[in-house]
Amino acid sequence: MTYRRTVLKGMLGLALAASVSGAALAQDAVKIGLILPMTGPFASTGRQIAAAANLYIQEKGATVAGKRVELILKDDTGTADVTRRIAQELIVNDKVTAIAGFGLTPLALATAPLATQAKTPMVVMAAATGIITERSPFIVRTSQVVPQIGAPFGTWIAKQGTKRVITIVSDYGPGHDVESSFSEAFKAGGGQVENIRVPLQNPDFSPFLQRVADAKPEALLVFVPSGVGAQFMKQFVERGLDKSGIKLIGTGDLTDDDILNGMGDIALGVITAQHYSASHDSPENKAFVEGFKKSNPGMRPNFMAVGGYDGMHALYEGLKKTKGEGGEALVTAMKGMSWVSPRGPISIDPETRDIIQNVYIRKVERVNGELYNQEFETIPNVKDPTKAKK
Amino acid sequence: MLTILFDGVAYGMILFVLACGLSVTMGLMNFINLAHGAFAMLGGYVTVLAMQRLGLPFLWALPAAFLAAAATGLVLERLVYRPMYAKSHLDQVMFSIGLVFMAVAGADYLMGSSQQFVHLPAWLSGRFDLAGIGVGRYRLFIIVLCGALAFAMQWGFTRTRFGSRLRAAVDDARVARGLGIPVNRLFALTFAFGSGLAGLGGALGIELMGLDPTFPLKFMIYFLIVVTVGGTSTISGPFFAAMLLGVADVTGKYLVPQLGAFIIYALMVVLLITRPHGLFARGRA
Repeated sequence: MTYRRTVLKGMLGLALAASVSGAALAQDAVKIGLILPMTGPFASTGRQIAAAANLYIQEKGATVAGKRVELILKDDTGTADVTRRIAQELIVNDKVTAIAGFGLTPLALATAPLATQAKTPMVVMAAATGIITERSPFIVRTSQVVPQIGAPFGTWIAKQGTKRVITIVSDYGPGHDVESSFSEAFKAGGGQVENIRVPLQNPDFSPFLQRVADAKPEALLVFVPSGVGAQFMKQFVERGLDKSGIKLIGTGDLTDDDILNGMGDIALGVITAQHYSASHDSPENKAFVEGFKKSNPGMRPNFMAVGGYDGMHALYEGLKKTKGEGGEALVTAMKGMSWVSPRGPISIDPETRDIIQNVYIRKVERVNGELYNQEFETIPNVKDPTKAKK
Repeated sequence: MLTILFDGVAYGMILFVLACGLSVTMGLMNFINLAHGAFAMLGGYVTVLAMQRLGLPFLWALPAAFLAAAATGLVLERLVYRPMYAKSHLDQVMFSIGLVFMAVAGADYLMGSSQQFVHLPAWLSGRFDLAGIGVGRYRLFIIVLCGALAFAMQWGFTRTRFGSRLRAAVDDARVARGLGIPVNRLFALTFAFGSGLAGLGGALGIELMGLDPTFPLKFMIYFLIVVTVGGTSTISGPFFAAMLLGVADVTGKYLVPQLGAFIIYALMVVLLITRPHGLFARGRA
């Protein structure tokens, strides 16, 4: 196995202090292991989250409850066995107080048993399938749950008087989640829906789009991995479907803030539901976006970044309550916590340890020469609908 | 339905341009070059950079992509590929897959991991109706361009002096050398040409298949399928294989989307059982 590069993010001058006074100071440190895909196909997720986590520490200072915070960033390349091995090393060798990150569902699932065994709090900042928080009582999630977005969106679309929708999703976990949560809610609202799945590695969408063109639904819901969405949209427009009265809709992944600008005008008017947009209108978000852009030129935060930022907040506030203690006490401290995030008011459900947040309906518009997801309707305080049913 | 056929042909054409460079190196030069997709990716990135940074129009960016990939191919052939010619196929596979990983990491480092986009000129976007067939302008452009390319290549390899010398050099390099054929230079040029084709395919494919650093890995399987099914001894083999696979993939996905990606593999299995040396294999001695 290759030993991946270890990046120690010593905070400003403190790094120097630590190297000088060594072991004595090390005991007063709170170490947080941040495991993210920094290379490979999901590197965008890793970069966004790492940037946001560093920003948080920069803004709030590198000490909490009188202890120095040390963020240990490790790259798992998006591969589950690597994530698990790194988590183990962090827990056993580095004796971290908490582990965080987890770019994809399988990565989080592979690590969950370790968190339980070692009683180490695990903050999930990106992975989004429902089951994750049920796999360990030590998991707290600050990103999103797919049905949390899909279900209210289905209800909303049905309420607009839309009767027939086709869904096209990539054939993998999150795709299935979007498909089922959206369709269920949409049918409950009186709509008709046809589901199509496309292979995850699919170079050409023309056959699926032709099917849609022939079926002429009122709207087409798309969920494909971030980035591929742009290609999809291009082919949608190329085929003239945008002029045929079929509305293109999706979860926010389709118009990810990270790449939205590169898509160009084809993205204009696309309606999506998501928990965060870089243009969310609040003072907290303005400060967040400004800070993020300043320390990461050329980037703007997306929904991944906000998951990382809020994950750090949950850890910081939790540690304040426990006076730097980790383990079960830290998880308990994070349960039920509520605050105003850049995405709006959020809280951690004390029962499921999952995030409760607003879901926004947005439309892509041009603002000051840049493309943004402009929020125009809010569905407040959405819990994970699948867990609420149990 | 004809629209689907048209889409399939266009998709097949892209596959052909991407893969035929590989069948040139693999079939003619007998070198297993899995890094082929890396040259395609290079062509893609050159197009993106040429259009975004230099503001070149799309049509000028295409030859730039070809030339950049060909030039890189020429240099790499000289530096790292040539010593590998005499090695076993396994060594060649290990070596070229290593190159792929280096290319993936390099592209990630230099260009970032996100998808890249190009904006086509207006006359290439949209589509028109022709006797009930929805003809995408860009797809039509691909079909015309790649069709001409296929024809020119077939002619070049069978009818020109360069082609016959190359075939001679491949069949028996020692005798060819004895006859005064500059084998090394011929191979270098051929390799550069194959790489250039990959670059062009990558550039043309951005619009249909996207472009990110994992491109060489993501599409390696498709190149290999085309080359295996088509056989490596002719140009027409990969051409018809690419057409067949493109059309079958697209129509299959249209008619029975549940089967999804499976169709292309099923077809490959059937074809390989019936024609194990490829569609148009000559009898091999």
